[in-house]
Amino acid sequence: MSTVSVRDVTVSFESFRVFDGLSLDINEGEFIVLLGPSGCGKSTLLNAIAGLLDVASGQIWIDGKNVTWEEPKDRGIAMVFQSYALYPRMSVRENMSFGLKMAKTPKPEIEKRVAQAAELLQITHLLDRKPDQLSGGQRQRVAIGRALVRDAAVFLFDEPLSNLDAKLRNELRVEIKRLHAKLGKTTMVYVTHDQIEAMTLADRIVVLKDQQIQQIGSPDEIYRRPANLFVAGFVGSPQMNFIKGRIEVTGSGHEFVSGKRRLPLAGYHFTLSPQAGEDVVLGVRPEHLDIVEAGIWPGFKVDIVEPMGADTVIWCSDGEGSIQVRTSGSKRAARGDALSLGIDPDQVSLFSAATGERL
Amino acid sequence: MSDVIPQGRRPRHLTPARIGVYAFLITAALFFLLPLWIMVVTSLKPMDEIRLGNIIAWPQALTFEAWTKAWSSACTGLECNGISVGFWNSVRILIPSVICSIIVGAVNGYALSFWRVKGANILFGVLLLGAFIPYQVFLYPLVRIFSMTGVYNSLLCIVIVHVIFGLPTMTLLFRNYYASLPIELFKAARIDGGGFWTIFFRVMLPMSTPMLVVATILQVTGIWNDFIFGLTFAGRENLPMTVQLNNIVHSTQGERAYNVDMAATMLAALVPLVVYFVSGRWFVRGIAAGAVKG
Repeated sequence: MSTVSVRDVTVSFESFRVFDGLSLDINEGEFIVLLGPSGCGKSTLLNAIAGLLDVASGQIWIDGKNVTWEEPKDRGIAMVFQSYALYPRMSVRENMSFGLKMAKTPKPEIEKRVAQAAELLQITHLLDRKPDQLSGGQRQRVAIGRALVRDAAVFLFDEPLSNLDAKLRNELRVEIKRLHAKLGKTTMVYVTHDQIEAMTLADRIVVLKDQQIQQIGSPDEIYRRPANLFVAGFVGSPQMNFIKGRIEVTGSGHEFVSGKRRLPLAGYHFTLSPQAGEDVVLGVRPEHLDIVEAGIWPGFKVDIVEPMGADTVIWCSDGEGSIQVRTSGSKRAARGDALSLGIDPDQVSLFSAATGERL
Repeated sequence: MSDVIPQGRRPRHLTPARIGVYAFLITAALFFLLPLWIMVVTSLKPMDEIRLGNIIAWPQALTFEAWTKAWSSACTGLECNGISVGFWNSVRILIPSVICSIIVGAVNGYALSFWRVKGANILFGVLLLGAFIPYQVFLYPLVRIFSMTGVYNSLLCIVIVHVIFGLPTMTLLFRNYYASLPIELFKAARIDGGGFWTIFFRVMLPMSTPMLVVATILQVTGIWNDFIFGLTFAGRENLPMTVQLNNIVHSTQGERAYNVDMAATMLAALVPLVVYFVSGRWFVRGIAAGAVKG
C-alpha cells in the first residue's frame, strides 16, 4: 500500500495548466526525490500534496485517506521550506511547539516531543534563542525539528538545502538521510534541482521536465539507464558525452557509426529494436571512457585538463567534436598529448535522434 | 623632496565648493526656521510690544500670559474656555480612530496579500481608486447616510469617517509590507494548523512593528490635522482642536491678539511635532522595511 498517491491530478493557474493528469504512487517509508530544473513543476506538485494549492481535478490520497479537500493541517504532513520560514518573533522552542499548540496537545506532551526532536537534531542548547540569533544551518535544523514534532506520516522538503553553503549542505544532507533511517517508516518527499542530493538521498527519483514525468527509478537506474536524452543530460556531472551517429547492421550484429568512430554493440541491451541506418545519439559517461594504449577510438588530442583532486577530467578532441573523459586524479596529461580511448559497450546508452527516447 | 607617502586615511580638504554647499544649506535652514522663530517670539510678547512691529526681535518683557490664555480662556465663539477643550476632543477622536483604522488596514492588507481572495486585485484597485477621489465629493452623501442612520454629529460618526478614509492608505501600506515577507512563512503556519486569525495575531502582527509605527505616525498626524471631517461630522460637542483654533483666530473682535493666536497655533501643532521627533528614526526604518526579510 502506498502512503502518498497522486491520482490523475490537474493543477492550473488561471488558464495555464501546470499538470494535466499526473499520477504518482509513493510507498510507505520511501524517500522520493522530485528532481528537475526550475519551472518543471516539482514544487507545485509538492504544494498540491501539502494542500497549499488547490487541484483542479484528480485526487490526492495520504495514508489510505482521500485528502483532496482536506486542510493542510489535517493531512498528516510536515513540511520544510527553502527559506526556513521560522516565525521570527518566536523562540526556537515556541517555533517547534506552535503546531502542537494549535492542535491543542497537552503541555507535558508538547515539552516531551520538543525535547526529543531537539536532542535528535542536537539543537537543545538553542531552544531559547530567536531565529535571528541562529546561523543558516541551525535555522534549517530548527525547521526540520518543527516538522519532526508533528509526528507526521509524510515529510515534505521543498529545496531545504538550497540556501546553505556547500559544506553545510553536505553535512545536513547526510543528516537528513540519517534521520530518515532512524525514523524508520516515515515517508519523505524531497524536491530539489541538485542531482547530487537526488542521487545520494533517494530510494527513487522522479525526474520532471516541463510538468511531465520523464522517468521514475532508483538512482542507479536513473544514472545507468536514463530513459531519454533529457534525463541523461540532466543527471551526472560532468555531463554525459553525446555523439551523433547512426546504426549499421554488420555480420556480427549492430554497430554504432559516427564518421571514423565505430562501436560494435554486441553487449548492449536494446529496449527498442533499432533499424539499420537509423539516426541515433550515443551517450557515454565520462568515467566509462578509458585512456588506453590501443583503444577502439584512437587519434584524440588533449584539449583541456581539469584536475579535481579525486579525479581529473580531460577534454579531448579528434577533430569531430570534443569528448570528456574522467580518469583517476593521479593521471597526468598536458595539452596536445595524443590519446586513444577505450569504451565498454555495456555502459553506454543509445537514444533515438528523432524522439530522444532510449533504444 | 618630502613628498607625503599616501597611507592610511585620505586627508580631507575643505574646498571652496564645499564651503559654498554649507553656506547654502545654513541659509536655507535659517530661511525655513524664520516663521517658527517669529511665532515663538510673538507668543512670548505682550501686545504693547507686538504693536511696535519688531517682529523678529526677542521680547523685552518676557511673558507666558498668551500661552495660558490660549490654553484655558481664549474665546472660541460664545464659550471662552480656550483651546484645551478642543485638545481633549481631538485626543478622544484620535485614539479610537488611529487604533481602528490601523487594525482594519492591517487585516485588509493581510487578507489581500496572503489569502488570495477571489478578485483580490480588483478589490485592491477599487480601494486605491477611492484614495484619488477628492474628499469633498463624499461629504454630502455621507452626511445623508449618517443622519438617516442616526449617528450623525457624534464621536462614533467622526471615528467611522476617519476609519473609512484611512482605509486605502493603511491597506496599501500593510499589503505591500506583507507581500515582501516570504510566502513560505504563511505556508508553514497553515501546515502548523493556524487559521485566518491565529496566523494574523500570532505570526504576522508580531512581525509588523515597523509598519505599525509608520501607520501610527501617518494616522496620528493625518487625523490630528484634519479640519473638514471634524467640522462636518463631529458635532458641536466634539469639535477637534483644528476647528477650535480656527474659531479663536477668526472670532476675535476688536484688536487681534496675535500672541494668543500664535500660542494656540503652536499648541495645536504640538502633537504631530512630538510624534515626528520621537519616531523619526522608526519612520525611516519602516519605510525601508520592505527590503528587510523576517
